[in-house]
Amino acid sequence: MNTDTHAAHAGDHHHGDSHANAHGSFSTYMLGFVLSVVLTAIPFWLVMSGALPSKQITALVIMAFAVVQIVVHMIYFLHMNTTSENGWSMMALIFTIVMVVIALSGSLWVMNHLNSNMMPIHQMNGMK
Amino acid sequence: MTVAVNPTQTGEPVFYLADEHPHPEGYSTSLGFWIYLMSDCLIFAILFATFGVLGGNYAAGPAPKDLFELPLVAVNTSMLLLSSITYGFAMLTMQQNKIAQTQIWLAITGLFGAAFIGIELSEFAHMIHEGATPQRSAFLSAFFTLVGTHGLHVSCGLIWLVTLMVQVWKFGLIEANRRRLMCLSMFWHFLDVVWIGVFTFVYLLGVLR
Repeated sequence: MNTDTHAAHAGDHHHGDSHANAHGSFSTYMLGFVLSVVLTAIPFWLVMSGALPSKQITALVIMAFAVVQIVVHMIYFLHMNTTSENGWSMMALIFTIVMVVIALSGSLWVMNHLNSNMMPIHQMNGMK
Repeated sequence: MTVAVNPTQTGEPVFYLADEHPHPEGYSTSLGFWIYLMSDCLIFAILFATFGVLGGNYAAGPAPKDLFELPLVAVNTSMLLLSSITYGFAMLTMQQNKIAQTQIWLAITGLFGAAFIGIELSEFAHMIHEGATPQRSAFLSAFFTLVGTHGLHVSCGLIWLVTLMVQVWKFGLIEANRRRLMCLSMFWHFLDVVWIGVFTFVYLLGVLR
C-alpha cells in the first residue's frame, strides 16, 4: 500500500506548473474564429443552396465539416493539447470520445436494425 | 520524490513521503472541471443518440422541413460563435490585468448569449404556437429535449457569467476569480462545441432529410 502511494505521487511531481499551460493569444483566437466562421458558413450554404447534386454527399460533407470544426474549437478555444495536466485532460477526452462513439453508433445501428425488422401492419393483417 | 525508510523496533520497514507538501488552492480545479465537462458531454451524446433514433418518427406531424428556418438558425449560430470569441478576448484582457476591459468583454459575451437564448425561445414559441409541441411526435420530443437541454446550459452559463461579473466588480481579478473565469471559459466554449453538433445533425441534416 505504501509503495503504491509512492508510485501514484511520482507522476504529479510537477503539478506546481500545471497552470503554466498556454491560454492562447489574440492571433490564435482570431485564427480559430475565422476558421469556425468558414467551417459554419460552408455547410449552411451547401444545404440552403443545394449546390451538391446528391443528398447523401451533402450529408457526408457537412458531417465532415462538423468534425473539423469541433477539432478547431478544441485546439483554438479550449486549448487542448497532450501536455496539459500531465496529459490527464487528453486521457479524459479520449475516454469520452470512445464512450460517445460506442453510445451513438451502437444506438443507431441497433435501432435501425429493429426498425427494418419490424413487420409493417398491412402485412400482419394479411397473415391471418 | 524521496521515500524515507524508518525501521521500527519490530524490524518492519515503514514507508512514508518525506517531502509531503501542501497543494496550492485550486491546483486541480481545471482538471476536475474538465472531467465534469466530459460527463456533460456524455449527457449530450445520449440525447443525440435519442434524437438520431427518433428523429424520423413524425407521427404524421410536422417534419423538420416544415418547421426549421435555416436563416434564423444561421443567425443563432453566429450569436454563439461571436460570444465565444468575445469570451476569448475577456480571457486575454484578464491575463493583462485590465479589469474594465475584461468586464466589458464579459458583458458583450452575455449580450450575445442572451440574444442566442432569446432567438431560441422565440423559435420554440413559434413552433408551439403552430402545434409542434413536444407531445406531438417522437421527433419533436427528442428535438425539444436535446435543444432545450443545450439552451438550459447556456442560460445557466449566463447566470454564472453575471455572478462572476459581480465577483470581479467587488473583489477584482484575484486568483480565485481568475480560476472561476477560466472554468466558465471552458464551459462556454464547450457549449459552442455542442452547438456545432446541434446545428449540423438536428437542423441541417433534418432539413436535408
